[in-house]
Amino acid sequence: MRRFLRPGHDPVRERLKRDLFQFNKTVEHGFPHQPSALGYSPFLRLMAIGTRSGAIKLYGAPGVEFMGLHEENNTVMQIHFIPDQCQLVTLLDDNSLHLWSLKQHGGASELREEHRFTLKGPPGSPPSATQVTAVLPHSSQEVLYLGTESGNIFVVELPSLGVLEDRTITPEAVLQRIPEDNCNRRSCEMVEALREHPKNPDQILIGYSRGLIVLWDLQNNKATHHFLSSQQLENLYWQRDGSKFISCHYDGSYTQWPVSSDNRQSEPLENTVPYGPFPCKAISKIYWQTTKNGLPYIIFQGGMPRASYGDRHSISVIHGSQQTAFDFTSRVIDFFIIFSSDPAAEFDDPSALVVLAEEELVVIDLKSAGWPAVHPPYLASLHCSAITCSHHVSNIPLKLWERIISAGSKQNIHYSSMPWPIDGGTNIAPDPPQRDLLLTGHEDGTVRFWDASGVCLHLLYKLSTVRVFLTDADPNDNMNTLGEDEWPPLRKVGTFDPYSDDPRLGIQKIYLCKYSGYLAVAGTAGQVLVMELNDEDAEHVVDHAEADLLQDQEGYRWKGHEKLKTRDGPVQFEAGFQPFVLVQCQPPAVVTSLALHSEWKLVAFGTSHGFGLFDHQQKRLVFVKCTLHPSDQLALEGPLSRVKSLKKSLRQSFRRIRRSRVSSRKRRGGGGNASEVQEANAKFDQDVLQEMELAPVQRKIEARSAEDSFTGFVRTLYFADTFLRDSSRHCPSLWAGTNGGTVYAFCLRVPPAERRMDEPVRAEQAKEIQLMHRAPVVGILVLDGRSTPLPEPLEVAHDLSKSPDMQGSHQLLVVSEEQFKVFTLPKVSSKLKLKLTALEGCRVRKVTVANFGSCKTDDYSENDLAVLTNLGDIQIISLPFLKLQIRYPCIRKEDVSGIASCVFTKYGQGFYLISPSEFERFSLSTKWLVEPRCIVDMPEVTSNNHVHKSGSENAARKS
Amino acid sequence: MNRAQRGAAGSRGLGTMEVKSKFGAEFRRFSLERSKPGKFEEFYGLLQHVHKIPNVDVLVGYTDIHGDLLPINNDDNYHKAVSTANPLLRIFIQRKEDADYSAFGTDTMTRKKNVLSNVLRPDNHKKKPHIVISMPQDFRPVSSIIDVDILPETHRRVRLYKYGTDKPLGFYIRDGSSVRVTPHGLEKVPGIFISRLVPGGLAQSTGLLAVNDEVLEVNGIEVSGKSLDQVTDMMIANSRNLIITVRPANQRNNVVRNSRTSGSSGQSTESSLPSSTPNILGNLTQGEEESDEEDIIIEDSGEPQQIPKAAPTSESIESLSQIELLHESTQNGFLPSSEMNLNHSAGSISMEYEVPEPGRKSLEEDGTIITL
Repeated sequence: MRRFLRPGHDPVRERLKRDLFQFNKTVEHGFPHQPSALGYSPFLRLMAIGTRSGAIKLYGAPGVEFMGLHEENNTVMQIHFIPDQCQLVTLLDDNSLHLWSLKQHGGASELREEHRFTLKGPPGSPPSATQVTAVLPHSSQEVLYLGTESGNIFVVELPSLGVLEDRTITPEAVLQRIPEDNCNRRSCEMVEALREHPKNPDQILIGYSRGLIVLWDLQNNKATHHFLSSQQLENLYWQRDGSKFISCHYDGSYTQWPVSSDNRQSEPLENTVPYGPFPCKAISKIYWQTTKNGLPYIIFQGGMPRASYGDRHSISVIHGSQQTAFDFTSRVIDFFIIFSSDPAAEFDDPSALVVLAEEELVVIDLKSAGWPAVHPPYLASLHCSAITCSHHVSNIPLKLWERIISAGSKQNIHYSSMPWPIDGGTNIAPDPPQRDLLLTGHEDGTVRFWDASGVCLHLLYKLSTVRVFLTDADPNDNMNTLGEDEWPPLRKVGTFDPYSDDPRLGIQKIYLCKYSGYLAVAGTAGQVLVMELNDEDAEHVVDHAEADLLQDQEGYRWKGHEKLKTRDGPVQFEAGFQPFVLVQCQPPAVVTSLALHSEWKLVAFGTSHGFGLFDHQQKRLVFVKCTLHPSDQLALEGPLSRVKSLKKSLRQSFRRIRRSRVSSRKRRGGGGNASEVQEANAKFDQDVLQEMELAPVQRKIEARSAEDSFTGFVRTLYFADTFLRDSSRHCPSLWAGTNGGTVYAFCLRVPPAERRMDEPVRAEQAKEIQLMHRAPVVGILVLDGRSTPLPEPLEVAHDLSKSPDMQGSHQLLVVSEEQFKVFTLPKVSSKLKLKLTALEGCRVRKVTVANFGSCKTDDYSENDLAVLTNLGDIQIISLPFLKLQIRYPCIRKEDVSGIASCVFTKYGQGFYLISPSEFERFSLSTKWLVEPRCIVDMPEVTSNNHVHKSGSENAARKS
Repeated sequence: MNRAQRGAAGSRGLGTMEVKSKFGAEFRRFSLERSKPGKFEEFYGLLQHVHKIPNVDVLVGYTDIHGDLLPINNDDNYHKAVSTANPLLRIFIQRKEDADYSAFGTDTMTRKKNVLSNVLRPDNHKKKPHIVISMPQDFRPVSSIIDVDILPETHRRVRLYKYGTDKPLGFYIRDGSSVRVTPHGLEKVPGIFISRLVPGGLAQSTGLLAVNDEVLEVNGIEVSGKSLDQVTDMMIANSRNLIITVRPANQRNNVVRNSRTSGSSGQSTESSLPSSTPNILGNLTQGEEESDEEDIIIEDSGEPQQIPKAAPTSESIESLSQIELLHESTQNGFLPSSEMNLNHSAGSISMEYEVPEPGRKSLEEDGTIITL
């Protein structure tokens, strides 16, 4: 009868599940992928970034962030905040305008789309007639001016986004007041810039692309002044008092123009080509900022000499005799200046330059000497070198946390001490419940330590493993050592540097013991480094050992990369994690699994050839085990040979085609005429083509066998103190799982602490389990007598965990890509299993034990398995009974790199890459939820003085 | 047994072959000329002679290279037995009156508790008794059509026995689209199809699957809505006991129900279940899997062994699976008598239904096998 009592229909359990599990994607960490637009509100002190996928993200003080997504997923072209409002307007590349607002809801602010609107011209007019090129939100907060490609300027009412037809400024109306001899209809094609007068809201400056600039009076609907430039116009900017403005041009020049009441057509005051005299690239945007000392700041984008520096992405700052061209490693999307927004202030007094480049956000402190960069608290470029792996450590002890921060602060001395200038809004989220570290390994051999406790993913410390090795890369990068008299005065800024000098340096596996501060890091060329945290700089020799994983295998040739060369003699290390042991696997294949036991002072590592155990106390290799199947040539030869063989086979097949063509020609040849041959060739080509088209995507159905390739690939390593041989004595053990479904268990004998240095660590193989379904083993875990997973090393010693139950019998959980199996220990007999692939067609990609607490009561928590499948689903599976609790779709199944990058935390949260530069954070727990919660309050505005205020606010904006 | 004969066998001449014959608890060893095995009657007489049972009617069987017990009852299978024996021909003799027919042939490998026996102890035999249907000839099942009675006539449920054969499963699948009848008329829906059969593979040799057959289910789980890769993974995960339900591209060979006249498509061996509940497949697959997928453990570098199941606890699943296993074995062996007559060849063996009792032991005793 019990079979009818289906699990999962127990109402008590169902209720409990609701109290334990809940899926939320909470926040995106890192830098938005493919940013396309930037906006800033000096009033709210919020910055907005739009992306090519239609996302819009707002950032203020650390922890204050909002995200919105345009339904159309079109590129965001422009972002403009409405002056003195919690509203902004976005322009997409489909020419639609969207009005967003920040509204308070349930105690926190939310970003919502209010209206959308697409400008429509009269019937029959070309699309360019209404193609919006410039947007000016007027300081009255009542209208938007929309400059178009046709030269018409449309007026749109706020917030309804309705066109006020009678207020359209047509080119005809503009031309009426301008002498015909220097203007014609074409002068008014395409509006390039719209700028409101800083003191007089009834005047706007209109810049047309062909060089005509008009000051338009909104009251009288007429042009009061016009200015003619011989060069194509790029942008305009008012001086703070409204007596002058500056224009920048396509030829790399900028021009200052006076606006006087008597002269209706002014001549330029000054015309400069800052990087002349040779042809220069366009200056696309310019700022003119006044200061107390009289020397203005002129800040502009571009303008570099076309021939020699035309490929640079630069923003130049000129202040008196000081001039620097900040050189970015990726394209500059846009920039803005933070300056005094107090309308009563006489001068702009700029404090910071904020630059959105394609791959990073750079903020320059303009107040401090030397214009140093400001360390951003968010929007970190995770991908400054490509992320190759990640590792999460929850609940870091305060001591270790402080030591890592102190090591990191020594690395950040070149940053400005200026507080973060974009500080709008208030973070009202509760303090993060614990200190969490996310470690990312990168292609360039670095490990970055991120504070992942809260909403802002913040870089704490960066570790480089490069110093240990001899590489071709010159360690003294001379990027910033340009001579004094260098022209243009370029200065590299930012951290984005995706170019790796040596791919072998790439980090593949990381393991940090939070109690001891031991860190193990393993890389692409079989290198395994064990490190210790040292608060001081130090110079020492790194002990070096080699692990030959192929001991008795003969007659193979490793065709992959060579092992890394090590540096002889002592190496200087800066404060932080300093390596003291290096083990290099031979052959130097990529390290595929890593485990560290800080209490036993052992590190285990595995590659596609086998695994080894190293005693990092005595600095001695304990043993190696080759897991290779003798027939597995692919694994023997290394990763490159596959590419080679593919190339070879391609080449061969082309040859075959050619040969058969030749032979068919020969057969035909002799008596046959040329056209016949041609015909035959054509037919042959067609046949080949057809054959190729006919071949469908198909999958071979075959049982796995022991002879399959890469069965020896070590997927997982695990240390456990358990009952391996008999049920009366437990002992340290090392477990390894391979791609071919084999589990090896080694019994270890670790000498007691007092004789730890005198006696060798011994290991003996005790068990070998072959799973008949031969799927890759991705996780091994021992459950104690209470069916609780064994604690981490040193966890009990630090009183952070109950000691494991050594009375009851232990159980072994083996997770393969296809099944979950529980075996008894020490006598291995199968107890339970859960088949995933046979029933659902999905495979396990990631699995971790996570602790879930109830949101209702503080005293209940349980351990479950958090599982990510190859379909991007997340499943929670109970321990020890292996019952599926719940399933959530999380990642698109096509997003292979997202699935591969996923990392779970110990408390039911997780991260995965949604782009090379962004982690999505999700939570499976009702209790542990890190998400932004913030309030943006409207600063007090006295409505009748906006005439004075608006000038400065508008000035900060850019089309 | 006399020592002279054993000595002769031990000398192992080039053309001779050692024979080990067992009757009851007694063994006899002798040798035969491999090139001239002679006739079955002579061999039969020889066996009666060496075992000193001249007037007892017996059934003779041998173990083939796969470890299956197969009968010897005519010249053909006798010669086959001699030619394939390597290095030793193992003969098992039973009294006809208490013969256990179920010990023979069919399905022995797929039901074997101990998969390793194939590798490690080739003389090992299954313990579970079977219903006898007929005296199987010199063949083993590689496939079967099942659940004919509960499936629509246009569908076919095929079971492939990967076990005990070295043949690859040998087929490929692809994406495609098929037409379904829905309340809104005909609709084109994506489907999974067989795209290729590997020559000499299991799938091709059965004749039950063909290119362009649409795959509807894998081990009872519908594939609609699943991607090609998912279905691939499901099939591979079930490859030891793969049951696929297809809609054959060629609908002319369908089994016509309620009339037993047709159905045989030449090379296929067909069978049908006279009575089974619609949920039989679910039970069946679970039961099968419990039995056929035992992992192996090597302790302290010793001999590989089957991992036993932990003693059934109060877990309902555990006990259920055993019942289902039993249930399935009784269901599956059932065949109507009409079919049986087709298969039966030599009239020397009497045809009987025999419903096995669960406790009944087969021929060979082997204490090393771990059973449930």
